[in-house]
Amino acid sequence: MITLSCEEVRREISNYLDDDMSPRMRRLLEVHLEQCRKCAVLLDSTHNVLVLLADEHRFELPAGFSLRMRLMLAKEFEKQKAD
Amino acid sequence: MQSTLVKESENDRILEGERELIAEILAGNHERYYELIAPIERRVYYTAYAILRTEADAEEVSQEAILKGFRGLRTFRGESKFSSWLLSIVGNEARMRLRRRRELSLELLKSPDNEGEYTPIELAEWREIPIEALAQRELAARLEEALAALPEIYREVLVLRDIDELNIAETSAALEISVPAVKTRLLRARLMVRDYFVSRSWSRHTGLRKAQP
Repeated sequence: MITLSCEEVRREISNYLDDDMSPRMRRLLEVHLEQCRKCAVLLDSTHNVLVLLADEHRFELPAGFSLRMRLMLAKEFEKQKAD
Repeated sequence: MQSTLVKESENDRILEGERELIAEILAGNHERYYELIAPIERRVYYTAYAILRTEADAEEVSQEAILKGFRGLRTFRGESKFSSWLLSIVGNEARMRLRRRRELSLELLKSPDNEGEYTPIELAEWREIPIEALAQRELAARLEEALAALPEIYREVLVLRDIDELNIAETSAALEISVPAVKTRLLRARLMVRDYFVSRSWSRHTGLRKAQP
């Protein structure tokens, strides 16, 4: 049976997280992950850091952003009507 | 972290809705441009922010791009989603401003020339890492540090993709780089941010060592 090296797994980690790979590649990768502690830890930790990063950055738009944008556009609409 | 796989039919429906809205705006119903912008204003802002990293500049560039989008609406072909089109305008504007800022400060571009293989740090055991032990504020600071430590080309792609949640195609449009380039940089950015984060946070707790190539 064809197996992947750790290096090949590492190269595919990002695609794996994005679910962006063929079913065949996914199977091969999962077989490797079941047997290789090192790669399983790498995948877990990368995934966890990305989840933390995304959670931590659920920040809002700057206060008043939408309002300022609308005012700016309203001015533009006025100008176009005048022309 | 699954990518948003929009079904063909749903995509067509969105494009159709956009076309109608845009036709109305072009016919003189200008106020409806807000409806086109509202669902994507956050993504517009964070695209600019990912590149510029300051709130004031990001807002200014967002507004300029939104205005450009309105003035140039007639040139929008409707082959892609409006959001992809506008995000590429934002990306362009932001990069132009960044260049001007650089020229002013004469700062050297700090992009590594090597985009090849990247070897992540080997962790003894992720599950042993005492995440609960880190105070929330410390956690936030560490994450921010890790993000700031990334070279710009990797930070941009990571912010757009993993924080801003743009899909691969939108990220490619916003940064004007190819889809394979997005994927290559994203892999490296994700491994790097993880490394910065774990090595700064937990070198005290775990025996870290660089994986042997």
